[in-house]
Amino acid sequence: MRYLPLSDGDRTAMLARIGVSRVDDLYRDVPASVLLDKPVNLPPAQGEMAVERVLSRLSARNVAAGSAPFFVGAGAYKHHVPASVDHLIQRGEFLTSYTPYQPEIAQGTLQYLFEFQTQVAMLTGMEVANASMYDGSTACAEAVLMARRVTKRKKAIISGGLHPQYGDVVKTATAFTDDELIINPPAVAAPDDLAALIDGETSCVVVQNPSFFGHVVDLRPLAQAAQAKGALLIVVVTEVVSLGAVMSPGEMGADIVVGEGQSIGNGLTFGGPYLGLFATRQKYMRQMPGRLCGETVDVDGRRGFVLTLSTREQHIRREKATSNICTNSGLCSLAFTIHMSLLGEAGLRRLAVINHERACRLAEALSALPGVTVVNDTFFNEFTVRLPRAASDVVEELAARGVLGGVPVSRLLPGETFADLLLVAATETAGDEDQDAFVAALREVL
Amino acid sequence: MTSATSHFALDHEEALIFDLGDTQRSGVDLPPPPAHKSRLGNAARTAEIGLPGLSEPEAVRHYTRLSRKNYAIDMGVFPLGSCTMKHNPRLNEKMARLPGFADIHPLQPMSTVQGALELMELLAHWLTTLTGMPAVALSPKAGAHGELCGLMAIRAAHEARGDARKVVLVPESAHGTNPATAALCGYEVKSIPANARGRVDVEALKAALSREVAALMLTNPNTCGLFENDILAIAKAVHDIGAYFYCDGANFNAIVGRVRPGDLGVDAMHINLHKTFSTPHGGGGPGSGPVVLSAALQSFAPLPYVVRDGEQLRLVEQRDAAAQNFGRLSAFHGQMGMYVRALAYMMSHGADGLRRVAEDAVLNANYVLASLKDVMSASFEGPCMHEALFDDRFLKDTGVSTLDFAKAMIDAGYHPMTMYFPLVVHGALLIEPTESESKASLDVFIDDMRELALAAKAGDAARFTAAPLHAPRRRLDETQAARKPVLRWEKQA
Repeated sequence: MRYLPLSDGDRTAMLARIGVSRVDDLYRDVPASVLLDKPVNLPPAQGEMAVERVLSRLSARNVAAGSAPFFVGAGAYKHHVPASVDHLIQRGEFLTSYTPYQPEIAQGTLQYLFEFQTQVAMLTGMEVANASMYDGSTACAEAVLMARRVTKRKKAIISGGLHPQYGDVVKTATAFTDDELIINPPAVAAPDDLAALIDGETSCVVVQNPSFFGHVVDLRPLAQAAQAKGALLIVVVTEVVSLGAVMSPGEMGADIVVGEGQSIGNGLTFGGPYLGLFATRQKYMRQMPGRLCGETVDVDGRRGFVLTLSTREQHIRREKATSNICTNSGLCSLAFTIHMSLLGEAGLRRLAVINHERACRLAEALSALPGVTVVNDTFFNEFTVRLPRAASDVVEELAARGVLGGVPVSRLLPGETFADLLLVAATETAGDEDQDAFVAALREVL
Repeated sequence: MTSATSHFALDHEEALIFDLGDTQRSGVDLPPPPAHKSRLGNAARTAEIGLPGLSEPEAVRHYTRLSRKNYAIDMGVFPLGSCTMKHNPRLNEKMARLPGFADIHPLQPMSTVQGALELMELLAHWLTTLTGMPAVALSPKAGAHGELCGLMAIRAAHEARGDARKVVLVPESAHGTNPATAALCGYEVKSIPANARGRVDVEALKAALSREVAALMLTNPNTCGLFENDILAIAKAVHDIGAYFYCDGANFNAIVGRVRPGDLGVDAMHINLHKTFSTPHGGGGPGSGPVVLSAALQSFAPLPYVVRDGEQLRLVEQRDAAAQNFGRLSAFHGQMGMYVRALAYMMSHGADGLRRVAEDAVLNANYVLASLKDVMSASFEGPCMHEALFDDRFLKDTGVSTLDFAKAMIDAGYHPMTMYFPLVVHGALLIEPTESESKASLDVFIDDMRELALAAKAGDAARFTAAPLHAPRRRLDETQAARKPVLRWEKQA
């Protein structure tokens, strides 16, 4: 077996040193009735070539985003990732290292985490950020739990513009606590007005920008309304590229910003692994979940980095920890920080403008089709269209024509009300030809 | 010793990107967009972000230099107990990057991702067969997330039968995530002591069991590297009072292919694909923590899950009125990239090879234990499973602590073992060599460890307390980091 270096001779010699005759003697604490004496009913070992053949065949049964005109978004976006990103994250020193608990021999990981935290704080317009969470949806749930710790209040108000699956994750996280969730109905045609719902019992208001339906909102009035009642404003960003073109949540007055960082550096990968972003104000730093990397010095006075404020975390605080989270999304945050360093401010801003222009062009072309309306006044790179027929049927027919034409809203919000709504995303990867193919195919199926 | 620039042979001092780059530079060429009318409303960004950019050569050099300041499995023995730092096969990386896996969207039509759904079904088949459990929830994103999944299912099952309970029992040797997860699920945590043999004190456990108890969370093999030999009696006692048995599967590597947790009476167990099934640790993630479930819990599994309608596979993503599932743990469908890697690993080993994985991991750990126990203090009698636990009695009166010993291992070219965990012994040193180490590599490791232990006993404390001397950094001031937290770079005024 190519991954197992011991030879039978080695095994015999090692058993002799241990002083037993068979490896089963080492399993003597296992009740004999449950110790298996033969392999389970699964196929035997296979060489690289054989495994590759099976998995390649499975892979070939999927339609890759890059092989078709592609307009699918709703919280995960196709962007071009520079070749050097994947090369660098595959360096064994990054790929096969562990959580940096021994900082003297983990400065590589720690320094990029420090750089990553700074980039996230800058992008979101916040003072501090953590070293990442599992994904945007779990970061969102953690933010709601954190708002409760900070405000000592239990009522969370959830915008109807929040990604429905994010809302579901918040529901799960608070299912067995006494938190009260006020979930506003889906805000399709325009952003919902949440200010009137906030009262003295409200811990937080959770709002996504751009919203699930694509609306871009100036949240400053909402931030003021929340602040006036002592509630925290949690802003969710599922398309982080938008921050290159849209006013940052921090500038708008957010108290906590969470996001999905997949768009930068990370592929679609059928939904995971992704990268949760989490940023907040300095004064709430000790209530944050997840790992934090901080700057310090070594005994020779040289700058170095360590994991810090770990008294918040489960391995120290156990049941009193701020979260049960133990891992972050290390390698995904590395991909993010490399891609972001390659882009830089100028690159990110241009990328954002290109995305916006692509969506503007597509919105105009789609709205010229008979029976198709774009519902948004504002959007970044994704918007909602109303079709004359059920969107779920339309996307299947488009797929049969080789076009991946968006997400039917009914896939996430079942029910007749949303059946004719389609979410359409256009990033820098959606060139004129792809857009024209989409418009032509849609004209045909309608 | 070092140059004027502080470089030292292959070790280069590396500045932060904020000092290296600037906001106008970029390593990505993008064409200027055509003119268009903005649809951003009144929320367009005007303020500067401050993000530095680097050209591609600068970026490649920066991250390459940083990488060389990390220790990694690829470089040497990484005996970090409880973390299972085994070799990460590169075939798995190649497979995960096939466009049909890496470049598919979670919400594209299901007719266009049938191969991906089949891979999930196949992975589920391997995991349920290896564990002897009827069902698996794939979506948890890491071990702790899997614990949450298991406890949520348990809580939902109790509530469904009108039998809400308040307490979760957790042995004191447990990972910190266990009590943290129980608290997150609204349970009160009660700690169960260990006995003198490093196992759960069964009498204390029985005394703590009552109708208030929802579940026992038990790691098996436990964090002392020992199999809980009373496991069948423990499971029975837990079930007798209507509670469930949650097993922390962090140490499944010791028994994969040799013991099926389903045969032990387990109701729910997370499997860290990044431990037993070799998906890379990546400097702290991403992980993946599928949870196998017993017949009693399987109908409470979270969304989404894959079902087969004849030839077609389909994801169930919405809760229907009849379903008992407790909801959704994350957006989308879980860690597909990790599923591909783990399945490639399982298929490569096969049923016979996975069994050998467990046996070699256990053999390697016992070889280390047998070779060091005369110079270090083994905490418990008898053979261990996949990791060998020592405590700091052998360092008594040497002036050397477990921490000092660990730091001296760095100078000897190793990543230290896990230290000060589990909490049930003093100054723990937990060594997990995994099955990836050859005998030759273990022999050198053992020689080095013996030499260190003897040096400590011989009174050479300074070598330890000053260590590491040869790492990219010497000991870092963690107190200062916590007292005056600097969590980001700031532009100097």
